[in-house]
Amino acid sequence: MVNICFYFQVHQPFRMRKYSVFEIGKNQNYFDDHKNIEVLRKVARKCYIPANNLMLELLHRHPGFKIAYSLSGVFIEQCEKWAPEVLESFKKLAATGRVEFLSETYYHSLAYLFSKDEFKEQVELHRKKIQEHFNCTPTVFRNTELIYNNEIANFVESMGFKGIISEGWDKVLGWRSPNFLYRPKTTKTIKLLMKNYKLSDDIAFRFSNRGWEEWPLTTDKFCQWVNSFNGNGECINLFMDYETLGEHQWEDTGIFEFMRHLPGEILKHNDNKFKTPSELIAELDVKDEVDCHSMISWADVERDLSAWLGNRIQQSSAGRIYSIEKDIKKLADPALLNDWRKLQTSDHFYYMCTKWFSDGDVHKYFNPYDSPYDSFINFMNIMNDLILRIKSDPKNSPLAAPVDIKSDISKKEECERGGTNVQ
Amino acid sequence: MFGWEFPPYKSGGLGTACYDLTKGLSRQDVDVTFVMPVAPDGAKADFVKLKGTNNLTKNIKVRKINSILTPYQTSNSYDDAFSKIKVAQPGTKSTKDVYGTNLYDEVYRYSIAAEFIAGEEDYDVIHVHDWMTYKAGMNAKKVSGKPLVAHIHATEFDRTGGNPNQVISHIEYEGLKAADVVIANSNWTKDNVMKCYSIPSEKIEVVHWGIDPENPWYGINEKSPFRDEKLVLFLGRITIQKGPDYFVEAANKVLKHVPNTKFMVAGSGDMFGRMVNRAGELGILDKFMFTGFLTGADVHKAFQMADLYVMPSVSEPFGLVALESMKNGTPILISKQSGASEVVNHALKADFWDVDEMTNKIVNVLQYPELLEELKENTVRESAKFNLDEPAKKTLRIYEKAIARVR
Repeated sequence: MVNICFYFQVHQPFRMRKYSVFEIGKNQNYFDDHKNIEVLRKVARKCYIPANNLMLELLHRHPGFKIAYSLSGVFIEQCEKWAPEVLESFKKLAATGRVEFLSETYYHSLAYLFSKDEFKEQVELHRKKIQEHFNCTPTVFRNTELIYNNEIANFVESMGFKGIISEGWDKVLGWRSPNFLYRPKTTKTIKLLMKNYKLSDDIAFRFSNRGWEEWPLTTDKFCQWVNSFNGNGECINLFMDYETLGEHQWEDTGIFEFMRHLPGEILKHNDNKFKTPSELIAELDVKDEVDCHSMISWADVERDLSAWLGNRIQQSSAGRIYSIEKDIKKLADPALLNDWRKLQTSDHFYYMCTKWFSDGDVHKYFNPYDSPYDSFINFMNIMNDLILRIKSDPKNSPLAAPVDIKSDISKKEECERGGTNVQ
Repeated sequence: MFGWEFPPYKSGGLGTACYDLTKGLSRQDVDVTFVMPVAPDGAKADFVKLKGTNNLTKNIKVRKINSILTPYQTSNSYDDAFSKIKVAQPGTKSTKDVYGTNLYDEVYRYSIAAEFIAGEEDYDVIHVHDWMTYKAGMNAKKVSGKPLVAHIHATEFDRTGGNPNQVISHIEYEGLKAADVVIANSNWTKDNVMKCYSIPSEKIEVVHWGIDPENPWYGINEKSPFRDEKLVLFLGRITIQKGPDYFVEAANKVLKHVPNTKFMVAGSGDMFGRMVNRAGELGILDKFMFTGFLTGADVHKAFQMADLYVMPSVSEPFGLVALESMKNGTPILISKQSGASEVVNHALKADFWDVDEMTNKIVNVLQYPELLEELKENTVRESAKFNLDEPAKKTLRIYEKAIARVR
């Protein structure tokens, strides 16, 4: 009996516009709407729309087919503004009842590493967003970029989650296979789903690589690999970026055809089933305890935090953005808070990664900046403006006029309703 | 090879490039007869004494031609040199009898002398460096029928900010046309050669330059005397090509954000006066230091003292100094209009005309030690990939191709 669990990550950051040192104190418009619309629509055309259509077709054709998604809050927010048709197509998938949505931080942030309060608030914001659009409440948590260790599992358990997702990294698993559920050390009830990175990356990274000895990857071949786990594995977790379909692997590589035939081929074998993460958690027992002290993630060959926090400029800029949390929250200015949070999206720190810059590879492909240094400079300029806004807020002035209590209360209420921008 | 005298004598990038290429070729077991103009007051270059070149004497032969030509000469600067020159044996010959009365005459005279040498020596390829040696190379080709490789380190358009001297650009054109292969030191230069002289792309090979990692000056580790002030460096000829005016404008804007900054200007050139005047006009002259033309160890000390090296060149065919700065551990901000920007990743880059963007970057480097440190670390690491062997190997392959083509 092998259960196949597909989870796709769907995320787009709010990219920043070019913001020079001369604009600090003069311009509060930080984000490059034009670029963000362009990217969103491009990826929608190449991936989200055709992939969602395909998934809907597969869900209709195979009653046993199931999938899970994790949509970041900032992705949903951009769809609301600029691509409602994408959101609609996700809702159609949700309506089949065989699609699960996972929990994550609204801003696709590294908040857990810097502020647990902020982390909780962002998970809560994300929950509300998912409820608003899909009328369901996530019970399985996936942290940004699968950043994970014992402590996170423990913390997330205390927040009421039943499951958590991590990379099935050899250094953590040792001789064990990722194809079972595990119990994170220090936890009592939460179950751990680990990514089978070999099979996942066969699709996500190697699918179109002609230098790969298994190229071309056919559904037959892939199903043979899956079937070979029958008897020595209970769940095969295929976790990947949704953009694999059509964006990372272009349509002409045959990726859509591969996906189109995969469920039918897998379901030919009576022992095979598709399951969502929460179904696996409900049906399977944990087989062992997994002890993971240091932080792991699903990024790069290192599987650590070095893609976002590997160098000085990343550590410093991330540290600085969280260091102003109290000052920001004290002001209860929704616009300010929202801008601050958008700066927390992990992509901004990924752009500052220098470790592979000399070779110019995948980091460069996703990077809107010419260099990691440019990215840092832009980030710091914007953050400086943010800090200036905090300092110049009348509430922070020692000579501030007497507070108009009434209007202040109404402002606060509006803020709590998640209301409109207050400048 | 028709080249130029080696550093430290009257060196610029061109002298260094000739030195490095010869050294690199020597290591590839290439025999080089090196022909260079030698003025009576200079003539210090001695291969045997050059450090790190143990085998050089074995396969390098130097032929000197008395001449007062120097790289980067203009008509005016030649006249200046001509008027100052004293002929060795007064009474027997006048200056006029020995040297050409103007730059073009001298270039012509040099090419005739080169023709004689070309007849005497045995070689497979003729390699010439920049326009002043092109006629010499063409004459040598005439005499020997050997393939001509014209190396171009800078076009006349680069040197003059797009206002070429017609005589010079004509000589440049003829040399490039006559050459069997053209070697450009960057894609930037290659594009310029294609644009300005309609030389077909197939004929131009790009060989990016490297630096000699064995240079002992890199280890001096000179410290800046300023404790509370950061130091931003301009180093190069103070001519229109190098963008000194953009440096002053950027300095002025930087000082509005980071007042405790000093700007060091190392070099000389015809825009020096303008640079000083403009800094005075802006009221920031006290923030500037002018070192004049630096040679040898002083160049490296200047880099080591500086926190950031800025190369705002309007058109920089390569920009060897950028690599030297990196090797000295000093982060660089270079113009996108440079060959170096094609090969360097860990650098800040901006358009030369974009003073605001340059300011933006300088200010951030000065304000955030973490940015400076990160750049520094990666700058040093990346500079390890530049050496003399790669360009020499490429050049050798080009020779082989050129020889095959002419046969």
